[in-house]
Amino acid sequence: MTTYNDFVIRFANVNGSGSASANGMFAKALFRMGIPVATRNIFPSNIEGLPTWFEVRVSERGYLGRREGIDIMVAMNAETFEEDIASIVPGGYLVYDNSKELRPNFRRDDINLVGIPISQLVLPEFPNPKHRALFKNIVYLGALSALLNIDFDIIKGMVSAQFKGKDELIAPNIHAMELGRSYAREYLECPLPIQVRHSDAVGDRIMIDGNAAAAIGAIYGGATVCAWYPITPSTSLAEAFEQHCARLRVDPETGERRYAIIQAEDELAAMGIVIGAGWNGARSFTATSGPGVSLMTEFLGLAYFAEIPAVLWDIQRAGPSTGMPTRTQQGDLVSSAFASHGDTRHPLMFPSTPRECFEFGADALDLADRLQTPIIVMSDLELGMNDNLSEPFTWDDSRRYDRGKVLTEEDLDDVERFSRYLDVDGDGVGYRTLPGTHAEKGAFFTRGTSRDEHATYTEQPEHYIKNMDRLLLKWATARQLVPKAEIEAHGRRAGILYYGTTAAPMQEALDRLAEDGVQLDTMRIRGFPFGNEVREFIDSHEILFLAEQNRDAQMKSLLVNDLELDPASIIPVLYYGGFSISADTIHQQVLDYYVGNNLPRLDEVWEVSS
Amino acid sequence: MTFVAKPRTHHPLLQVNDLGLTRRDYEGSVSTLCAGCGHDSVSAAVVQACAELALPPHKFAKVSGIGCSSKTPSYFLGNSHGFNSVHGRMPSVATGANLANRELYCIGVSGDGDSASIGIGQFAHIVRRRINMLYLVDNNGTYGLTKGQFSATNDRGSTSKKGVPNLYEPIDMISMALQIGASFVARSFSGDKRQLVPLIKAGLLHEGFAFIDVISPCVAFNNHNGSTKSYDYIRAHSGSVVDADLIAPHDEITVDYDPGASEDVDMPDGSTLRLRKLAHDYNPHDRVAALHYVQRAQEEGEFVTGLLYVDPTASDCHEILGTTQTPLNALGEDELCPGNAALEGVNASFR
Repeated sequence: MTTYNDFVIRFANVNGSGSASANGMFAKALFRMGIPVATRNIFPSNIEGLPTWFEVRVSERGYLGRREGIDIMVAMNAETFEEDIASIVPGGYLVYDNSKELRPNFRRDDINLVGIPISQLVLPEFPNPKHRALFKNIVYLGALSALLNIDFDIIKGMVSAQFKGKDELIAPNIHAMELGRSYAREYLECPLPIQVRHSDAVGDRIMIDGNAAAAIGAIYGGATVCAWYPITPSTSLAEAFEQHCARLRVDPETGERRYAIIQAEDELAAMGIVIGAGWNGARSFTATSGPGVSLMTEFLGLAYFAEIPAVLWDIQRAGPSTGMPTRTQQGDLVSSAFASHGDTRHPLMFPSTPRECFEFGADALDLADRLQTPIIVMSDLELGMNDNLSEPFTWDDSRRYDRGKVLTEEDLDDVERFSRYLDVDGDGVGYRTLPGTHAEKGAFFTRGTSRDEHATYTEQPEHYIKNMDRLLLKWATARQLVPKAEIEAHGRRAGILYYGTTAAPMQEALDRLAEDGVQLDTMRIRGFPFGNEVREFIDSHEILFLAEQNRDAQMKSLLVNDLELDPASIIPVLYYGGFSISADTIHQQVLDYYVGNNLPRLDEVWEVSS
Repeated sequence: MTFVAKPRTHHPLLQVNDLGLTRRDYEGSVSTLCAGCGHDSVSAAVVQACAELALPPHKFAKVSGIGCSSKTPSYFLGNSHGFNSVHGRMPSVATGANLANRELYCIGVSGDGDSASIGIGQFAHIVRRRINMLYLVDNNGTYGLTKGQFSATNDRGSTSKKGVPNLYEPIDMISMALQIGASFVARSFSGDKRQLVPLIKAGLLHEGFAFIDVISPCVAFNNHNGSTKSYDYIRAHSGSVVDADLIAPHDEITVDYDPGASEDVDMPDGSTLRLRKLAHDYNPHDRVAALHYVQRAQEEGEFVTGLLYVDPTASDCHEILGTTQTPLNALGEDELCPGNAALEGVNASFR
């Protein structure tokens, strides 16, 4: 039986061998055929030599989260060959270089071998050994085009586009591709029963990584200062900001730049620059990952107390040091939400898609100005660094930036006494002034804690307490302003909570659970502190699951703490192995809970109620 | 500790500057530092310099870290915003503040603990970035607020109040600043207002990173016989190589100096910076020679003071980055948001 547009293909390569561009072209070609795809780059902390994998989920139905089991393995790395073969599902395909015979111990009877003598094919054609290594990738790309029935014109067009400006590379690349393609057509059964065909399932969607989307959002949202320090997986966010600013933010007449980007000496300085710029009225942001959040912690606390707008994109990854940190995780919720000493709390936003990264890129700047506090956007490697299908971006040209409560010179003329930290409006947010605004009024000395509502120095306990209580009121205001949770509720007994990239495999997991008689209402959390809709959803469900990608159920901690819940009321569904959570994991853990606790499933419920 | 506002009555004979303001209009709140603290003299010098230059007293961004020195921005320019930030991290806050609004005068005040120990990384990098600001270090060789520990600028062999010698080599911030790109480098002494005030004026008007290391004795912990940063020691062991006078645009230059011993530098606001060379063989435009001179003197236990290096043509961070002349914090949607039509192009590039 032939299946179309529904498989997982994984490329196992050696880092630095030039495979990334070939694999990227593969995914993009399917996307251009109108087939929904999601890419996952699983890479080491290394420039050259260590194993790397690139996975493409192809799904006509639009299931773009990860699922376990590889249908087609393109095994190009001798070092990982054994484990790569082991990961293929029964009935799947191994595409490999059979220039040398496959060792008997690698053989599996339950998979199909697709041998292509890649090394032998390139050897006579490309005398330069460096080229030979690079073109091996293009040869398997050509072979796959025949095996999977990929539109060859599209893929050829991509090669031409890829090497535009280096035109001398186009012909040899196409030649290499044709080598692989003709070999497959001549000697192998083409196409395979797993193949692709043109579709209109992509619609007008775009394919972009979350970091680029966030950077473009920050440009649209009016960020003018970006300070950052290189750290995977956040680096590409700052680099994308620079790249897109160069096109979108340069004065067409003078060539002057309407932005400033500083690659700082470390994350402390990056956050200090953001805070200095925010204090002085420029919209500013930084991007980092877990270790950077740790370093920024002191400054985050200062900005919380001094009430300075700042935006921080945390592209989360696994724990400290090097190695696993190039794998994805949702592990920084607790360290970000309460970063710093003293009583501090920071609003968080949780984007799930590139489109949401774009929107939050701008919205976070508004929110930071409105609340006069750091806003932390919790993305992760999975979303930030992989190409994802996304609704196209749109911008409402009538939208004005919400700069929050900032007094102008004219405003100050009418003010008898300026009181920076006085809660005039009852929302816990005072009015601020920018340096240099007025000759006589509005200047104040910004400090952390020791001040009264007029920003006058004091260490009196009653002033400290009053200020801290006002900050709680501001927290209540934040509860209304952070993005609302997205809820699908049909009055079911059980529900599942999730956020960020855990959304990607969710629909697939829910559909599989429904087949097993488990139907769940869903709530995708998008902001912290939690709004009323979150409490209502929790209160109205007897059984609650919470799926997330860390060991300690960090979102659960936030919920239990913020909403004063019984910890036993939430059942964690967890994955923290470094890949993104799969539909299989969610499905299995939820089902296990039902089975283990003898909970009735749909058919049984029907019997009881009818 | 409480905040005390100074009474705003003026002595009728106080001099009035071009803005119709007196020195009192440039003051801040009453200092809470120890009586006799060198830092208060530095604050007073800032007040005098700004008043004499007739700069608008609200057009400053004052930033500091943590420590005795970092409290001082409260004590001058009370009509300007100040930011008492995080220990050792003033340079990054100053960088952000300057990026946001290039039109404000930016004054950073730090100490030797703040800038030479915890903040030495940020100090080095703000010098490299050439932020257009005046960076003052009130250098007393000791941690005052935590009661007298040695700082990294304390000389080896110089003792604590109890007579315990410092065992480690000092960090010389002048040499660091010279080495990594400061375009204005000076050293002065809080007890020498005649030298310090013109240096502050010149530093404020200099377009680029201006660094002044001000030896500012700590009367509580480091003003005793064993200290190399006491009032007595500094008076006995310091000498100026180049003094600076700032001559306002409309003031006539009346005094003639030996031409070989003086040099005029045009300042961006039309005033003239007159350099008076007290050491005839000294060239304040030769970075490497300045470094050599300063370090040689230090070997001999002497502090070289004065305007040690100036490059009036050096670019600042905004020039390096090519940012627009309009302050970034004054740009609105029209200048910043490319609009929905451009977004369609962006979308198309991702298909």
